[in-house]
Formats: sequence, C-alpha cells, structure tokens
Amino acid sequence: MLSILPFVLVVSTYLFYSHARLIDNPGDKLLPAPATIAAAIHRLAFEEDERSGEYLWWTDTGASLQRLGIALAISAVIGLSMGLAIGVLPYLRAAIAPFVAALSLIPPLAILPILFIVVGLGEVAKITLIVIGVAPVIVRDLAMRAAELPNEQIIKAQTLGASTWQLVLRVVLPQLWPRLIDALRLCLGSAWLFLIAAEAIASTEGLGYRIFLVRRYLAMDVILPYVAWITLLAFSMDWVLKVLRAKLFAWADSN
Amino acid sequence: MTQVTVKHLWKEFGTQVVLENVNLHIGDHEFVTIVGASGCGKTTFLKMLLGVEVPSRGEFLIDGERLSSEPGSDRGIVFQRYSLFPHLTVLENLLLGLELRSAPLLGRLFGARRRRALEKALPLLEAVGLHSAADKYPAQLSGGMQQRLSIAQSVICEPKILLLDEPFGALDPGITADMHALILQLWNTHKMTIFMVTHDLKESFLLGTRLLVFDKVRLDPQAPEAFGATITFNIPLKGRRRSS
Repeated sequence: MLSILPFVLVVSTYLFYSHARLIDNPGDKLLPAPATIAAAIHRLAFEEDERSGEYLWWTDTGASLQRLGIALAISAVIGLSMGLAIGVLPYLRAAIAPFVAALSLIPPLAILPILFIVVGLGEVAKITLIVIGVAPVIVRDLAMRAAELPNEQIIKAQTLGASTWQLVLRVVLPQLWPRLIDALRLCLGSAWLFLIAAEAIASTEGLGYRIFLVRRYLAMDVILPYVAWITLLAFSMDWVLKVLRAKLFAWADSN
Repeated sequence: MTQVTVKHLWKEFGTQVVLENVNLHIGDHEFVTIVGASGCGKTTFLKMLLGVEVPSRGEFLIDGERLSSEPGSDRGIVFQRYSLFPHLTVLENLLLGLELRSAPLLGRLFGARRRRALEKALPLLEAVGLHSAADKYPAQLSGGMQQRLSIAQSVICEPKILLLDEPFGALDPGITADMHALILQLWNTHKMTIFMVTHDLKESFLLGTRLLVFDKVRLDPQAPEAFGATITFNIPLKGRRRSS
C-alpha cells in the first residue's frame, strides 16, 4: 500500500494546481482538467478521426509497437548470435570486440540524418535507428556473460565428451537465454527513446509523432495521456519479460 | 587395464620452475592420493594430466600413448566447485555425458535411445543417493549432494582415469565419511584409476592405495622460484583397500 502513496501525491498535486489555474483563467491549456483529458482520450480512442476515418490512439499505438517489436526482435537475434560467437571464440573476440565496443559508443541520434539520407524517411530508418542503439549493447552484455561462465564448467563438459558445437548448444546458449531477457529489459528505456525521437522527426503516425504534432497547439490534454499510455506500455513490456523469465528459466532465479 | 607413466616431467611458468623431473609409474586400478604444501605443483600436475596445461618438458603416457593435449572423455574431473550445469536438473546433468557421446549434432537423446540412457543413469542416481532429487536444480542441492552428482556425472562416462581436485575440501566434516564410502564403492565397481589431490593427510591414507608427496628438494633463499617441486615420497599403501 505504501508504494501507492507517491502516485496519489503526484496526482493530487496536479489536480490542486490545475484547479487553481482554471479558476484564474478558464481557457488555460497548460494543466487541463481531468474532464478535458477524458474528453480528449474519448475523442482519440473511441471516435473516428474526421479526416482519416481512423481511431488515432490505436493506429498510433499499433504503429509504434510494431516498430519497437521488430527492432527489438532484430536486436535480440543480432545480440544473441554475435554475443555468443564473441564470448565463445577467443579469435573472434580479439578481432571484433573492440569494434563492437566503439560502435556501441556512437550516439545513435547523431547518425539519424545519415539513416534518413541513405534509407529514406520510411519504416526502415526508424527500425534501424533502434537496432543501432540497442543491438551493440546486447552484444557486449551477452559476450561478457558467456565469457563469465566458470572455466570449470567448460572443462567438465569437455571431459564428458563435448565438442565445441555441443558446448555452445548444451552449455553456453541455454545459460544465455535468461541473460538475453535481462539485457532486453534494460534496453527497453533507450529503445523507446530512439523510437520517439525517430517518430518525432519523420513520421505520419505513431505515439511520438502525435505528441510532437499536437505540441504546436499546446494540447496538453492529448500529450499527458499519451505520455501516461507510453509509460504503461513500457511498464507492461518489462513486466511480461520478467514473468517470462521466471516461468521459462526457473533455474536462473535459484542461484 | 590402465597404466599411467610420467617421464622426466618439467613444468615452468616463465622463469619460475613449478615441477622438476617428475617420474612415476601407476598400475591398473590404483587410488592415488596426492598431498603437499600449497603452491608445490599438485594442482598443476593434475591440470597437466587433465590436459588443460601442457608440460614444458617430458611426457605423460597412458597405456603407452601420449596424452592428448585437450580434455577428453577418457579422463573425468571433479572440481571443488562449479562443475555442475546450473540450467540442468540433477537427472539432466547426469544424462549429459551419455547424450553428448551418442548425439553429436543435437547433444540430446529422444525416445528409445533416451530410455536406454535412463536405464544406465537411474541406478547410478540411486547409488549416489540422489534419486529423490532427480528434478531439482543444482542450486537447490547441498554441497555434499552437488559433489555426489558431480562424481556420478563423470563416472557415467566410464573414464579410464578419474581426477579429483580437493573434492571434499568445502564440505562439512560430518559428510566426508559418507563421501569416502561412496567414492571407494564407485572406484571398486567401475575399476578406474583415481588421482585425488587433497589437503587432508588422514583422508589420503584412508582412501589411497598409493600416496604421493610433492615437495621441494632444493631451495635457493636468493631465488625461491629457481627450483621446482618433485615427488619426494611415493608410498604404496599395500592394497589395503583392494582386499577389503
């Protein structure tokens, strides 16, 4: 129950100042009343848009989640395969680990213009931006986790007759799965950041696009619920990953 | 029949001599216990026998053949810790050796082949007293249970030689007696040669058919790294165990 207290405090503070400002000036747009916000949510989520005939709230959500999902899936595949290879094969580690380290330090937003120039303003640019921002971090994390496995385990597997391939398949890879989920959870925040940045600059739908679009009209009644909705989505994704990890990899929690 | 011969073995790390001129012959089905002060090359000796360290000079021969320079399934190992696979249950840990051997591509057995592997694994699981813990993960086991599983995991592959690196060093004294009985029973059933490094002199006399003491014969106070250790005592313990 104690954990609810800060939320209650923030909401009541908002209500107090919103009320105070609206008494002063009924036309105030900065801190809209709950009824105004509810009306905006109703208009966006449950009424067709006059021009496009779409339910904007859900179109935006669908577009953003699709971009995020594809980008995270690609990042996971790259992260797992390269992290595994770098972690297991010392030659590969010596050859490309410094390159990956350098790559992961490039601020992805700085190369967003390059992406727009090279692959255009479409979906590919936005997904690529997220992948560039997230994948190198996952690669480095998983490579370190793979290299961290106790040497005793590797030697033991060899004395049980394991070839390098079997070692990867039965010993290293299964122990990396829960680490991959951990890495994805930690990357969710930056993935959303890159998504919203890309949508803000060049897009025709998406949660980030909408926020930046209505900013011109000072439409706080749309921005605030959108931010809350994004937070809820991010929180749910994190929660789903956490539950998935506990369900699929019970052994990893008992350590 | 497994014969282990060590000829003029030296091991150096840079200028530091760890082992010098070790010569040894071990006959079939011996239980060799190795004792000595810290840092006198017991573990290095075991690592070379395992194949993770390479001798600087000299050689190991098993049945007249040079030792392969990588760990392989003819030599099993039980470390003090960390030699179980945390993502596999007790039964899966035990089956792993059989699966790796018979399924080179997937490392897993299915159907009838898995049932045949289980027929071999379950009695051994019973013998090491882990039958009721078959579905648990290693982290849920006590230290003694973990070591029993680790031993069984190696024994199921029927290695010619089993190497034990202070396997009972981290266990409660109360458990060690059970562990001693277990390892002797497995040694007698499976007829392998055992090399065991230990800190416990009493244990080494109790278990071994042969006791090796590693120590430095010469010492230069100005350059303590100049001379290495060797086997200073090689005591046959007159097959007390074999008759019993």
